Amino acid sequence: MRRRLSLIAAAATLGLTLAGCGGAAETPSNTAAPASEATGKVGVFTWWADGSEKVGLDALVKVFNTDYPGLTFDNLAVAGGAGSQAKSVLAAQLKAGNPPDSFQAHAGAELQDYIDAEQLEDLTSFYTDNNLTDQFPKDLIDRLTVDGKIYSVPSNIHRSNVVWANVEVLKDAGLDPTKPAEDLDAWIADLEKIKASGKTPLAVAGSWTQVQLFENVLLSSLGVDGYNGLWDGATDWKGADVTKAIESYKKVLSYTNTDRDSLSDWAPATQLVQDGAAGYNLMGDWAEAKFAQDGDVAGTDYTYFPMPGTKGVFNFLADSFTLPVGAPNPAGAKAWLTTIGSAEGQAAFNKAKGSIPANTTAKTDDFSEYQKSAIKDFSQDKIVSSLAHGAAVPVAWLNDLSTAVSKFGGDNDVAALQESAATTAEKFAK
Amino acid sequence: MFARVKHWGPGLLLLAPTIILVGVFVYWLIIENFRVSLTNQHTAKPSNDYVGFSNYSNLLADSNFQHSLLNLLILTVVFLAGTLIFGFLWAWLLDKPAKGEGIFRAVYLFPMSISFIASGVVWRWLLSSLQTDQPGGERTTGLNRLLDSVGLGFMQNDWWSNPTWGIAAIAVPAIWQLSGYVMALFLAGFRGIPEELREAARIDGCSEWKLYRHVIFPQLSPVMLSAVIIIGHMSLKLFDLIRAIVPDANTYDVQVPATMMWVKYIGSDYADAAAIGMILLVLVAIVVIPYLMYTSRAEKR
Repeated sequence: MRRRLSLIAAAATLGLTLAGCGGAAETPSNTAAPASEATGKVGVFTWWADGSEKVGLDALVKVFNTDYPGLTFDNLAVAGGAGSQAKSVLAAQLKAGNPPDSFQAHAGAELQDYIDAEQLEDLTSFYTDNNLTDQFPKDLIDRLTVDGKIYSVPSNIHRSNVVWANVEVLKDAGLDPTKPAEDLDAWIADLEKIKASGKTPLAVAGSWTQVQLFENVLLSSLGVDGYNGLWDGATDWKGADVTKAIESYKKVLSYTNTDRDSLSDWAPATQLVQDGAAGYNLMGDWAEAKFAQDGDVAGTDYTYFPMPGTKGVFNFLADSFTLPVGAPNPAGAKAWLTTIGSAEGQAAFNKAKGSIPANTTAKTDDFSEYQKSAIKDFSQDKIVSSLAHGAAVPVAWLNDLSTAVSKFGGDNDVAALQESAATTAEKFAK
Repeated sequence: MFARVKHWGPGLLLLAPTIILVGVFVYWLIIENFRVSLTNQHTAKPSNDYVGFSNYSNLLADSNFQHSLLNLLILTVVFLAGTLIFGFLWAWLLDKPAKGEGIFRAVYLFPMSISFIASGVVWRWLLSSLQTDQPGGERTTGLNRLLDSVGLGFMQNDWWSNPTWGIAAIAVPAIWQLSGYVMALFLAGFRGIPEELREAARIDGCSEWKLYRHVIFPQLSPVMLSAVIIIGHMSLKLFDLIRAIVPDANTYDVQVPATMMWVKYIGSDYADAAAIGMILLVLVAIVVIPYLMYTSRAEKR
């Protein structure tokens, strides 16, 4: 153990020296005094344990080690289930009063649970000390602010309303890959054409990916205001327009692979598109990293476009990091948060993870084609919060709705889904 | 006085660690769990407002929870019937003096040595719901592919991806895993019946069927009861196998109270999760306690 520590320290020092040689070493000017003097271990809890997420985290740790050679990064990542395993471990630790120094949480409503439970420190002064308020987009800051206080530092932004398509399959079905459908009805017509060509029109996986499909059909059918209203009570869940949206979802779901519940996670569904077995896959833009890793080329092998009917809308989710109450090394945690919020940290992390930086001052010249287009869209689109990823509603609400959507996959009962969604909304909207 | 302490003192001293540990980690936690189930802590926000038994009544009125109870009933019936039939059949075959009995006994028992999690991962693939005549059917794997390639394609089905009978498919791997254990129980039962009884029955002109009906079966009933209790309470608590086979915990088709409790807990709905836990405890107690009373009375006699 001792030996490993000294090795890490040596590596960190080496990194620092190399950066110094390059003449590009910028001492983090915005470091508050306690953070720069911090020593010891910083335990950071995430569910980034493999794939592009792990690569991103490693890149971030490298920047952190350069910024703070006196600190040691302690990786407390828990793998599995798109974060659900990690969240249960974390819940137990927080409940026992034994928090890590910093943990990952989706920005938005999911954070609300932790704030209500008084498990998070107020980071408003941290923002002002580091001039972060001006560096993040206002839309994002608004979603992080609760009662005038900010509780977390966002690390990256993802988009959930992206459809990924196999160019070859589309061409075989007589569709033009460069001209995606304009609205939901046109898309359903396209799905029908792919079905006629003998392929699976739309690939989807288990429960949460179905919820993601559901939210984007709602968004497409109800529009931005209608969709937002579902979460704040302005839209009536029992209304005729919601019935119409659920009918559309039923139609779209009928074009998906029948073994959707057997697929272990989102990646096998995206793989179906890569293999040419399916035409489309609606998936958050972490799929971009998978296409890139497997050597697929945008435009020739695959193409992407916003979910039909949601052009000009950015269905957003973001990861953010917190300072829990009772963290063993708060100064170290603040150092970690400083690196996360910094332009350098965000550029290194997001380039590897395939997402876009939350910090608008991060250098993104060498990002991929998709990432650049997403950065552009984020700056000009209307932004809505994703349901499936805890940005729109608290976890308990999402859970109940997920059960209803999972049930719908079996019985296709539109009235039952609408009824239970309405009941759930009533229960939590109070 | 001292003499009396000397009489029971050492025994108590020896038992004390067990009593304390079981007291804290079993009974105190049950009480604490019961307390949480009476509060309204449905989100992460700490709350200690008592709401009586309304969590229980809401749960029992909830159609999703009713569905999970129905699933549990189907699972238990199929699981019990399957293990008892196969276990008895194998024990009966092995009871006849047969060559290679030891090998077969080991073969039937082996699946039990694998953990549910490990076998569940394999069964996830075997029970894949895709069928060859569906769109994308060329990707079909597992049992459906096997059935198709041996000419039994009409027997393909969607296994656990069915809201009503899907849970019965989960019983298939469970039966595969525990039939051997029930076989071992029955085999011990068969061996416990003295050969003289069979001989006496045969001399009295008993047919082979009547021998089993009137001599062997009645003597196997205690074994049968043990098997029902052991398999039954395992079935009521079954969680890991479902979790390993079904990728998403929140899958309606195969929801049972144990998995629903997990989903509620993850969603910070501690009160509902605790209430489901108490309901499960009561269900298991209904199965186990009469059995414990029966055996303790039998021992006294």
